[in-house]
Amino acid sequence: MENLIALLVAAPLLGAAVLLCGGRRLDRTGHWIGTLLAVASFAVGVLLFTDMLGKDAEHRALHQALFSWIPVEGFQADVAFQLDQLSMTFVLLITGVGSLIHIYSIGYMEHDERRRRFFGYLNLFLAAMLLLVIADNYLLLYVGWEGVGLASYLLIGFWQHKPSAATAAKKAFLVNRVGDMGLSIAIMLMFTTFGTFAFGPVLESVGDTGEGKLTAIGLMLLLAACGKSAQVPLQSWLGDAMEGPTPVSALIHAATMVTAGVYLITRSGAIFNAAPDAQLAVVIVGAVTLIFGAIVGCAKDDIKKALAGSTMSQIGYMILAAGLGPIGYAFAIMHLVTHGFFKAGLFLGAGSVMHGMNDEVDMRKYGGLRKYMPVTFVTFGLGYLAIIGFPGLSGFWSKDKIIEAAFAYDDGIRGWIFGGVALLGAGITAFYMTRVMIMTFFGEKRWQPDESGNEPHPHESPKSMTIPMIVLAFGSVFAGGLFSLNESFVKWLEPVTQFEHPHPVISVPAITASTVVVLLLGAGLAYLMYGRKPVPVTAPRGSLLTRAARRDLLQDDFNHVVLVRGGEHLTRSLVYVDHTVVDGVVNGTAAGFGGLSGRLRKLQNGFARSYAVSMFGGTAILIAATLLMRAV
Amino acid sequence: MSASAVHSLWTMAAPIDKIDAPTIEYTQLLPTLIVIGAAVLGILVEAFVGRKARYYVQVFLTVVALVAAFAAVIGLAAGGYASTEAKIVAMGAIAVDGPALFLQGTILLTGLVAVFTFAERRLDPAAHGNHVDSFTAQAASVPGSESEQAAVKAGFTTTEVFPLSLFAIGGMLVFPAANDLLTLFIALEVLSLPLYLLCALARRKRLMSQEAAVKYFLLGAFSSAFLLFGVALVYGYAGTVSYAGIADVVDGTVQTVDPALAGTMGNDALLLVGAAMILMGLLFKVGAVPFHMWTPDVYQGAPTPVTGFMAAATKVAAFGALLRLLYVVLPGLRWDWRPVMWGVAIATMLIGAIVAITQTDIKRLLAYSSIAHAGFILAGVIAATPDGISSVLFYLGAYSFVTIGAFAVVTLVRDAGGEATHLSKWAGLGRRSPLVAAVFAVFLLAFAGIPLTSGFAGKFAVFKAAAEGGAGMLVVVGVISSAIAAFFYIRVIVLMFFSEPKPEGPTVAVPSPLTITAIGVGVAVTLVLGVAPQYFLDLANQAGVFVR
Repeated sequence: MENLIALLVAAPLLGAAVLLCGGRRLDRTGHWIGTLLAVASFAVGVLLFTDMLGKDAEHRALHQALFSWIPVEGFQADVAFQLDQLSMTFVLLITGVGSLIHIYSIGYMEHDERRRRFFGYLNLFLAAMLLLVIADNYLLLYVGWEGVGLASYLLIGFWQHKPSAATAAKKAFLVNRVGDMGLSIAIMLMFTTFGTFAFGPVLESVGDTGEGKLTAIGLMLLLAACGKSAQVPLQSWLGDAMEGPTPVSALIHAATMVTAGVYLITRSGAIFNAAPDAQLAVVIVGAVTLIFGAIVGCAKDDIKKALAGSTMSQIGYMILAAGLGPIGYAFAIMHLVTHGFFKAGLFLGAGSVMHGMNDEVDMRKYGGLRKYMPVTFVTFGLGYLAIIGFPGLSGFWSKDKIIEAAFAYDDGIRGWIFGGVALLGAGITAFYMTRVMIMTFFGEKRWQPDESGNEPHPHESPKSMTIPMIVLAFGSVFAGGLFSLNESFVKWLEPVTQFEHPHPVISVPAITASTVVVLLLGAGLAYLMYGRKPVPVTAPRGSLLTRAARRDLLQDDFNHVVLVRGGEHLTRSLVYVDHTVVDGVVNGTAAGFGGLSGRLRKLQNGFARSYAVSMFGGTAILIAATLLMRAV
Repeated sequence: MSASAVHSLWTMAAPIDKIDAPTIEYTQLLPTLIVIGAAVLGILVEAFVGRKARYYVQVFLTVVALVAAFAAVIGLAAGGYASTEAKIVAMGAIAVDGPALFLQGTILLTGLVAVFTFAERRLDPAAHGNHVDSFTAQAASVPGSESEQAAVKAGFTTTEVFPLSLFAIGGMLVFPAANDLLTLFIALEVLSLPLYLLCALARRKRLMSQEAAVKYFLLGAFSSAFLLFGVALVYGYAGTVSYAGIADVVDGTVQTVDPALAGTMGNDALLLVGAAMILMGLLFKVGAVPFHMWTPDVYQGAPTPVTGFMAAATKVAAFGALLRLLYVVLPGLRWDWRPVMWGVAIATMLIGAIVAITQTDIKRLLAYSSIAHAGFILAGVIAATPDGISSVLFYLGAYSFVTIGAFAVVTLVRDAGGEATHLSKWAGLGRRSPLVAAVFAVFLLAFAGIPLTSGFAGKFAVFKAAAEGGAGMLVVVGVISSAIAAFFYIRVIVLMFFSEPKPEGPTVAVPSPLTITAIGVGVAVTLVLGVAPQYFLDLANQAGVFVR
């Protein structure tokens, strides 16, 4: 069975190779090839999953060593795969959602002449992401990590003729670089500390290592996670990444790639468990980001950017949960999976709306769309209910558990703070998602003809688009409940991530009740603000906070002032030092040697007699030195 | 004196002991014998073959002889003489072992390539309907005289250069294989005398060429005298000129004193002074500081093909002899010669590199570069380890082909006065003849030791050997010198590619396949040894054991 693992990666990799190298001949069939191979990978995943379910919990992990990658004495890097319950969860999510989005893209990208290439990139992404989650060592994980970064770059900038898309791709790539540096440093630290990269030996020998080193490794891993998962302070790229085609936003920038940071932290749980300081940093990053993203989500009028803020915020929940240790890992992953369903569904719904509205993204120019696109409305609506945590739907089960775990951080003030933040986040989530829902599907129609006189004719999308949305809507409704039934998901992951029951500072029913109350407050406030009175087509000036939030809470301004300006000053001063000090030394040395050369050159006067004298003198010195050496 | 008295002297003389004929292993000496034999034949060709056909016969004879000798070397190496079967032949005069065969092979190949450049006749425009080469029409005619003009008009050529070069190569083959001090001296003279002559034979700038030859001869004779005196002193110390015999006395394994030498034998002062003088003779040949001063003048004055030949083959032979002397004769004296050689190596590297900075003539620049390279090779010699030997062997092989190639390129860049060797004339060459400039750039990068060229692999090998042999300081100086040297190599590249060409700049002559072969072999060896040096390093490693 374990020999099938490589097939997971091989199928989409083959697709990428065929589609990207195949040329125009494949333009007509390319999207079918890509989709078929994605589905094939999903089928292999399901096969492995059923096989895994047949075994008892302790013996489910599979291992496949493919070949030795860099065999050097004292440095062993293998291409080997490990498929345990955690990896399996990701494999199913990636290939499942991935396949749906391949199918959706067939319709969505129908009129794009570079559709073949688009599917090639999607397959490349699947291969890299699968490699990331089934690698059995950090070095191979890093390969996948960089691979998804590349695929993300290519797909954000897929419409490269738009300068904004090209810039966004570059931005995402650069910001991710910072995180990647963190991962590479972490891997180097691991190698110097443990002498290996493989998960097994590294995580087992954590107990014998000093806490300082573990904290350093943990912080570097956190930096990596911040980059890939768009957490503060490396969050700035995600909003711009929405320049990519909507299926990409759904697959990569909502459901899968951006959750790689959560995977990394959960996988490295043993390191974080032994380094409480690093763990605290993880929780703080998660808490800050979940509020940050939620606030940004409240102010955006671009439907995809509002959803991007929401993604950031929801991943903040996951990171926070992962930072809580064994009480949180399972819920982090559970929220990750349910979020994968409903957020992908929401993005596909947004794509469906844009598809019917001539690619308009401004929600102020929507309104009343429920009549025109009933399927989209229903599936989007179910996703909406799921994300705000409406009792009974997927988001409720996973998010509520995270809030409980956050209250259980410790018995003191920190439990209250983190629990309170998580609770507040739930309220803001309800507010901005209700806002999105009302502005898009309710109220009066607000669209007008554009400059060239084209008035949008909203219509329902084709079957290839609506079916994936329907499937995802099922996931949004039932997945959470199914996972929570008899704590099945927690038990499934327990052999990998460990599990402890959280003991919150206040009782669980009280938390659940207050979550529901906060949710209703948020949703009600949004209804009062956007449902009761007409939404203006041009955005009002808004309060200071609103304006800041529209600018992503000044993240780019901050980066510009601190990093860009600072960097410029740094380079300028370095150039100054280079010109004066370094060049001075270099030129001085050169001039010195030049002068010496000119003087020595005069010894070469062309007279054989002088040469003979120098030879004679040289021989005398040679003899004297030889004798002297004997004497001393 | 009457006839009978004479007769009685003749018959009454005491019967002399029968002289045993020496045993000569002709097979093992085959490479040298072929070359020397061909040289003798070449003289007969000069005497008996008509003027028109002489050039072709000589070139053919020389090339065949060198190829045959090389085949003989390969045959000996394949027969195990480079490793297990290594032996001393010709009554102890010649060693046939790995280093000897490796260096002989290198000398023969570089000699062959050099002969191609000697035979080049297309660079200069034909004079009076005759093709001309780099050599004077008639060496005996006074420069600028009427007899010279007559010789040119008659289409004379100095085809003697081919047998002369064969004699020189013959001496070079024996030099690194010599196993006693007298053979060493004879080989030195056999290789040097033809070179003095060759230096004087330039077709253009004949006065400069003759001046170079006279200087080379005077200083060479001076150094030979030192070397011979050193041989005498060492004989006084050891009672023998055989390498193994001297080494035994130095080690103290032989205690018996020759009664005739009772007063001097075992006197260390004699050994040290004598050894220093022999070393001086060899250091003169490799061009080490402070015995280097002939190098720039001779390199500049000699006909450029001869310069390339000297710079490559002579250096190989001389370093071979130096290695054998230090590793076979004087290992017991290591603690005496190593510090002195340290000083020589440091001075050679630094002075070669520093003085090269201000040179304005490409041939002089390459001369100083060769001095700096002699210093780098000395660093490997000083390592006094088996790795030291093999790294020096590799370096010599790599360096000699680059050198011949570089000088061959120099012959191509010409103006009305012959070769345009002043650096200012090379400005913008890259625009005018990108291919020639690119090839020269490859050679310069190899000289500078840039990775992916043979120069890097060689430098790395010798520095590694030196560092492992405990000469870390030498490596530091070597790297600094390399950095200084890189400056002037790169400066030439910058000059060629990034300067405006001068309006009345030189032209690049279109050579015949002979020079193209020489340059092509240089480039090929440079790149192959740079990209995949391992096979040749292994070869040098296997060849790195001296027989004693």
